[in-house]
Amino acid sequence: MTDPAVPVEPMDPRSGVSTRAADAVAGAAVAAITEVTDRRRRLGWLFWLSLGWIVLTILAAIFANVLPLQDPNLQSATLNAGPSTAHFFGTDQLGRDIFSRVIFGSRVSIVVGFGAIAIGLALGGTLGMIAAYYRGTVDTIVNAVSYVLLAFPALVAVIAIVTFWKASLWKITLIIGIASAPLIFRIVRAATLSYATRDFVMAARTLGATSRRVLVKELLPNILPTVVSFSLIGVATVIVLEGSLAFLGLSIPGPTPSWGNMLNQSRTGLNTVPGQSNPWLVIFPAAAMFLFLITLNLVGDRLRQHFDVSEIKL
Amino acid sequence: MAKYLAKRAAAFVVIIFFVSLGTFFLVHLLPGNPALTILGPNANAHNIALIDKQLGLNRPLWTQYFIWLGNVLHGNLGQSFVTRESVVSTIAHAFPIDLELVVISQIIAFAVAVPLALTAVRKPNGRFDRYSTAGTFAMLAMPPFIVAPVLVLLFAVNTHIFPGPASYVPLAQNFWSNIHTMILPALVLALGSIVIYYRLLRNDLISTLQEDFILMARSKGLSDRRILLRHALRPSSISLLASAGINIGSLIAGAFVVEYLLQLPGLGYALVNSINQDDYVTVQGIVLVVAVAVVLINFLVDFLFTIVDPRISRD
Amino acid sequence: MTYPPAASDPQSAVPLLEVTELSTSFRTGRGLLKAVDRVSFRLGRGRTIGVVGESGSGKTVLARTVMGLLAGSNVEKTGSVRFEGQELLGAPNSELRSLWGARMAMIFQDPMTALNPVMRIGRQITESLRLHLDIDRSEARATAVSLLAQVGIPSPEERYGSFPGELSGGMRQRVMIAIALACSPRLLLADEPTTGLDVTVQAQILDLLGSLQYERNMAMVLVTHDLGVVATRTDDIVVMYAGRIVEMAPTSRLFSSMAMPYTEALLASTPRLSNPSHTRLAAIEGRPPDLTALPPGCPFAPRCRYAQDLCRRAAPPLVTAERPDHLYACWYPLGARTGPAPVSHSVSS
Repeated sequence: MTDPAVPVEPMDPRSGVSTRAADAVAGAAVAAITEVTDRRRRLGWLFWLSLGWIVLTILAAIFANVLPLQDPNLQSATLNAGPSTAHFFGTDQLGRDIFSRVIFGSRVSIVVGFGAIAIGLALGGTLGMIAAYYRGTVDTIVNAVSYVLLAFPALVAVIAIVTFWKASLWKITLIIGIASAPLIFRIVRAATLSYATRDFVMAARTLGATSRRVLVKELLPNILPTVVSFSLIGVATVIVLEGSLAFLGLSIPGPTPSWGNMLNQSRTGLNTVPGQSNPWLVIFPAAAMFLFLITLNLVGDRLRQHFDVSEIKL
Repeated sequence: MAKYLAKRAAAFVVIIFFVSLGTFFLVHLLPGNPALTILGPNANAHNIALIDKQLGLNRPLWTQYFIWLGNVLHGNLGQSFVTRESVVSTIAHAFPIDLELVVISQIIAFAVAVPLALTAVRKPNGRFDRYSTAGTFAMLAMPPFIVAPVLVLLFAVNTHIFPGPASYVPLAQNFWSNIHTMILPALVLALGSIVIYYRLLRNDLISTLQEDFILMARSKGLSDRRILLRHALRPSSISLLASAGINIGSLIAGAFVVEYLLQLPGLGYALVNSINQDDYVTVQGIVLVVAVAVVLINFLVDFLFTIVDPRISRD
Repeated sequence: MTYPPAASDPQSAVPLLEVTELSTSFRTGRGLLKAVDRVSFRLGRGRTIGVVGESGSGKTVLARTVMGLLAGSNVEKTGSVRFEGQELLGAPNSELRSLWGARMAMIFQDPMTALNPVMRIGRQITESLRLHLDIDRSEARATAVSLLAQVGIPSPEERYGSFPGELSGGMRQRVMIAIALACSPRLLLADEPTTGLDVTVQAQILDLLGSLQYERNMAMVLVTHDLGVVATRTDDIVVMYAGRIVEMAPTSRLFSSMAMPYTEALLASTPRLSNPSHTRLAAIEGRPPDLTALPPGCPFAPRCRYAQDLCRRAAPPLVTAERPDHLYACWYPLGARTGPAPVSHSVSS
């Protein structure tokens, strides 16, 4: 899905059309040019379908209270039931409605995922633009710090913090947001750097535009495609991180449902003694999460292709 | 070459220093009091002060840090308040399991991803390429905590092909049953790596194949297979190696998840247990060891670069 | 069809290389790009032909098509390429592979990118030796070291284990020549072998190629944008523009009575050591035409200082001059023109 940057203009200044177009093992290159340009013009039905699913999930999460759902914490008399008209996705070992819990559970993933990346963007993104624009000492220092922070495995750091600072939705969001800042800093810095020396930026600077104006009006719109496409993939990564924490029982404590803690809870459903396992407890939250993650990745990846953002070497 | 390595080694020492600093202050600046943990319901102001003095917690933080660092450098990570076990021995028991998991999973990942990428680039955008690219893309959305329960459901609960939770057999006790218990968790870990390795290698191979030296190799009359393996693979392995280094972080997360699910007594299992018991000395020790291991692996990967690609140390 | 002049070929009735009406096109997003357009020429054993033209004139594509290196669903080739009587166009890859490196070899333009940066140069030589010659490892090594010595690389034993990045540009080009000549091919296609090198090194490399060629009785197609390079080192010269042959003649004949204004312009833009150091070079005005949208007339007309109405309306055919071995494609050839007098040009021997 990620194609190498194929030069759209096959002319090589030194040897004319020959060098690029002729490179033979990759004879597909020229053929790929047409394909790539076609694909870049249209985002494709899969993109829109995926975007639709993301929007639908978010809307369901927002309006979960209004929707005709059962109380996610109501314990009915039917325990560990399979799907039925009364309970579309069945019930868990406490008799709670899995369908309702899956929908309410999406709230945690969505808030943590988008919230953390927003915090990361505010911190890392701002610093990245400033560092790349002013260069010099500021850049050197922030850059070095980001390398040190990146060396620290995020999950372990988050686990360590959560251990001593009991988890809540907002704390988890904040911690993961801060942990994501160094990586976002690197991406935004690299993207800004590639534009900061271009003519139009130079022109704006020499014409006396204020730095704030150049940053907001000239640079920001140009790096936005990169930032948006990487951010969506970042949201998916954060959701995975929160899911891992929740699975380990270290994220938001019950009874609040989240996809991760539902899967954690399902461990007891994975009983190897026949007749005692409840596969529905695994299947539905897993499927909900899988669909949300794959659509986020797909939309992010398509946007990246569409805006022709190459995977920047960090 | 020597200069390059010296620079990397200096960076390594600096990063390790910051990691130790981070680990220490993370634990000491955050709320939570070990004296409370030790004393439990018996806590009162007098007892707390006593314990604090015993543990040296009444000294300035910096002094505490250097005492701690000195101990760490002597191989002493402290003793758990809860289990009374030395943290080093806890880690020594748990670490080999993580190591084995990671090694097996990476063998599986490379064994799948490399041939897949090599086959896909023979016809870029061809049928095989499209299907395997789409297939690995789907795996991107299957983190261990989703895949592991599903695989356990399929292979352990429903079909009994692999053993279920809590059936760990130490390597020294029975080699084959050990491998048998490790395959399912290693497979879970491998899936995530396959996606990353396949995508990177495929894209790098495609751009390497456009290089002049590939045309040169063709003009020597070499077969496509030989060109791919001998000429294209090695220059395309740089990002693969780099990502293998970065990927270690997510492997650890994955390892923790499968250990927890299948009750394999590795570091992740030990970590979650110590967190649940407020055993902060053990948590600190495990965090430090894991962080140092990650940094060390990245350093080794850097070193491997210079072997794979002689251009790097010259720049 | 005007048939090209036969290069004198004393050894055999079949020329080593016979290219007939060869065309190569690329399917691109902007339409069909005809990079080589109905090119014909012959090359005898041990002889040298120069292919000259600006960037984008199709000379590199021509060399690669002759070799058979261009492949892919987007490439269309027509015409014929016969090597020692064997048709190469449309021949299966396996057949071509047994020729490549063994009986025909290629030298690429940029020694910085044409050598594998992560493979020791020794291995890059022995690779084709062992593939084609069926010799063992130590024998291949000895041959490779002697090849490195032959191409003038000092202390070849040590250099055998070097990576390309550890060598200078000139040395890398020598290594490339050693690789190409490893199996003593009958035909060498040299694509701008000296372009990236400075002038003194250029001369050394060209002299080296010439002497190795003489020793081995090897034929060579020398592709270059620099008429100066081919002036003293070729038997015949083909001048290309927009994928077509616009003039073709034995070397001395071409320089004594060139007919095509484009050839003249190329010559005027060639730097010569004999000129005072600050002589201004007459660059050819304008750019080569867009090959997907050629003008109706002579493709050079928009840039030609002698162009007249006819030139812009109809493309001139490739015709024979007074001598049968001299062909050109121009309505108003130099010398025969009743227009402005052509600039006189002296050729450095």
